[in-house]
Amino acid sequence: MFSVKNKTILITGASSGIGRYTAVLLASQGANLILTGRSREKMDSLMAELNNPVHKVIVCDLDDENNIKTLAQNIESLDGLVYSAGVVDYTLFKFFSREKYEKVFNVNFYSAIQLTNYLIKFKKVNKDASLVYISSISSILGVPATTFYGASKAALNTAVKVLASELAPKNIRANTIMPGIVKTPMIEGASDQLNAEAFEKAEKLYPLGLGTPHDIASAALFLLSSESRWITGTSLLIDGGHSLQ
Amino acid sequence: MELNSFIENFAAQFDDTDVSEFTPSVNFKDLDEWSSLTALSVIAMVDEEYDVKLSGNDIREANTIEDLYQLIANKN
Repeated sequence: MFSVKNKTILITGASSGIGRYTAVLLASQGANLILTGRSREKMDSLMAELNNPVHKVIVCDLDDENNIKTLAQNIESLDGLVYSAGVVDYTLFKFFSREKYEKVFNVNFYSAIQLTNYLIKFKKVNKDASLVYISSISSILGVPATTFYGASKAALNTAVKVLASELAPKNIRANTIMPGIVKTPMIEGASDQLNAEAFEKAEKLYPLGLGTPHDIASAALFLLSSESRWITGTSLLIDGGHSLQ
Repeated sequence: MELNSFIENFAAQFDDTDVSEFTPSVNFKDLDEWSSLTALSVIAMVDEEYDVKLSGNDIREANTIEDLYQLIANKN
C-alpha cells in the first residue's frame, strides 16, 4: 500500500540505527537508494546486506560543508530524503561550552538544512518529492541535560515547517518524525554516559515499551509514499505513549 | 591528581550537603542529595577536570569517593 517503488531516495546516517533500518525497509519496498554514512566498513556491510547494485553508497562526514556540497552535486535527482544523521548529547547547563553546542547543532541542525539548501539550489529535488527529517521527542520536552540535543531538534522542526511552505508550490513535502527512545547504538552509547538506573526508569515511562528502529522506519515509509500526499510541515510524534503520562 | 582536591571538585557538584560529609570513605550514593543528575554532574566534572570519561557503570560500581578517585587515577 505505501509504495516507494522505483523512487530514488537519499538516506543520511545510513550506517546505523534508524537510518540503517530505514534503508533496509525501503530497499525491500523497491526504492533506489543513495546511502551516506561516515564509516566505510559499516556502509560496506549494509551494501552486502542489501545485495543490489541499484543502490549507491557515498561515504562522507556531514560535519563538513564541502562534503555536503559535493554530496548534493553528485546526486542526479531525488524523490525522497531521509535525514537521519545525528549526534546525541547530554550536557547540564553548568557544563555548557560553545564547542559542544557547535558540535551538536552542526550535525543535527545546520548540516540538515545545508544539505537541503544545496539539493534545492542544484535542482536535485523532483516534483512530488517527500523530505523526511528525524527529529526527537526531546524537541518538545525538557528532560535534564538535553538542551543542545533538544534545541537542535526543535530548530530542525521549525526549519522544516518553513521549508514545507516554501516547497509546497512545487508539491514537494517536508516533515519531521519525533521518536521517543528507540533502541539504537546511538542511544545505547548514551545510556552508558547516563546513570544506567535512570535509563531503566525511563523505560518504565513508555506504556508501549521502548521503540524499535522499525517503528520509525515504517513511519518514514508512509511519509515518503504518495499515501501521505496531504501531509506537510508536520512533526509526527512516535513515542509509545510516553507523552501521555 | 590529588585526593583532597578531587573531593573538593566532587563536593562542588552538590549544593545542600555540608562539606564535612565529603570524606574519602563516605558512601556517596547514600547522601540525600545524590541523584541521577548529580551523577551526570560528576561525570561531566571528571571529564572536564581530569580528561577521563566515566561511564554510568563506573559510577554504579564505585561506593566511596575514594573508589571513584582510584578509578580515575587508574584511567588517567
